[in-house]
Amino acid sequence: MVEMSQEEILHLLCQRLASFTNTEVEITPETNLITQLAIDSIKLLNLIMELEDNFDISIPLNALTDVLTVRDLANLIYKIKSDSK
Amino acid sequence: MNLLEKLDTAAAARKAQLPTGLSAFGIPIEEIYSPTEARIGERRILLLGTNNYLGLSFAPECREAAHEAIDTEGTGTTGSRMANGNYSGHRALEMEFAEFYQCRSCIVFTTGYQANLGTISGLIGAGDVALIDGDSHASIYDGCILSGADIIRFRHNDMVDLEKRLRRLGDRSKNTLIIAEGIYSMLGDQAPLAEIINLKKTYNSTLLLDEAHSLGVLGETGQGLAEKTKLSSEVDFITGTFSKSLCGIGGYCVSNHPQLDQLRYVSHPYIFTASPSPATIAATRAALRLVRNGSKLREQLWRNAQQLYSHLKMVGYQVGPEPGPVVATILDNPQQALALWNGLLENNIYVNLILPPAAPEGKSLVRCSVNAAHTTEQIKHVCQTFSMLHASIIQ
Ligand SMILES: Cc1ncc(COP(=O)(O)O)c(C=O)c1O
Repeated sequence: MVEMSQEEILHLLCQRLASFTNTEVEITPETNLITQLAIDSIKLLNLIMELEDNFDISIPLNALTDVLTVRDLANLIYKIKSDSK
Repeated sequence: MNLLEKLDTAAAARKAQLPTGLSAFGIPIEEIYSPTEARIGERRILLLGTNNYLGLSFAPECREAAHEAIDTEGTGTTGSRMANGNYSGHRALEMEFAEFYQCRSCIVFTTGYQANLGTISGLIGAGDVALIDGDSHASIYDGCILSGADIIRFRHNDMVDLEKRLRRLGDRSKNTLIIAEGIYSMLGDQAPLAEIINLKKTYNSTLLLDEAHSLGVLGETGQGLAEKTKLSSEVDFITGTFSKSLCGIGGYCVSNHPQLDQLRYVSHPYIFTASPSPATIAATRAALRLVRNGSKLREQLWRNAQQLYSHLKMVGYQVGPEPGPVVATILDNPQQALALWNGLLENNIYVNLILPPAAPEGKSLVRCSVNAAHTTEQIKHVCQTFSMLHASIIQ
């Protein structure tokens, strides 16, 4: 698997979120997933499954409790990817 | 927003989703006549949304046993199994369950919900992994949360997805508890147990199977999916409930692993709650005997299930992937589901309405549960009503 930097993950995540949420809102690292992108608990579970496939990782549900923004999620993905190496 | 305002916001969202549908949840049942009939309001209603799979809720054997237990042991135990609530009936029921499953040991819990909470949180902890089916019951999710383990979901009944996740875990797969259900309560489909067991062996994981909806329903003696597939000895832990085919309230875990008994000393949902009442235990012991010898009831149950499932499919309803006592019709939106639910009730049929987020994948469900006490005429009436409602609701 090609290594990805934190910035690359963030960039890819913004793209995935744009197609997943189909929103007019501009997605930046500081965008709040719940309040600004209206991702409810069920959508979040589906989004996580998609991202897991995209990044070839498993994201434990309990790790999501601290995730508020797009950047938080990118950081979590980066951490899981580096830990699994 | 303060605590009470948060509840107001949630209530407003609920009302917006279903302006007229609030009565669908917690509908008052005024009188219960039999396993298949009750009075709701002023009307006699056909019950098609209970978990009374073998129709044993009025079985004379169970009622007599419960009466006798009340007279000889009183109404409640007033204490935990770990203290003053460990009566001979509780221990006898555990031995009978262990013998039924041909397992080394059994622990009885006060509800099935607590059986999952207590077993899961006793088996795994921080640093371990719970690998659970995406359609798992809330008691499984809650047990995982209580455990502090990492919770990872695999796509419902998708074995390619399960394997992918096991592979990604690397070395951690040996500290992983895979959790599946015999029959899933939402769509009524069964877990692909043989494939799950193959994967669990390949990756050295441990398997817990919740037979809540399959106890009494599947297998020669009604043990569940593990018995039906002849794989009982390969499943590490089986949990289940008294609240469905056994028509009581309580839960259990059985296993061949001698370590199961250690859970009695670490599992809060076992320790910090009162034990089931003597009447519950006595009725459940009688019901377990009826379930074991209930092959005729199972045959009737499956005939009813087949009849309803194939009819709904033929009429054009979208139904779950395979027939079973839980027959779910899948609707595109809550309004359609509510209209169907209301239409059935107007025709004196009670079923379950399940809306997002409780239903999988944002769908809405109108879920029927058939039982062995439903007569062919009752099922026919249900089929005709579904046929009649199809045109006005689905198109
Ligand atoms: C799959 C599953 N597990 C566990 C339970 C909990 O059982 P109980 O009603 O005994 O708490 C249920 C019942 O709703 C269930 O559907």
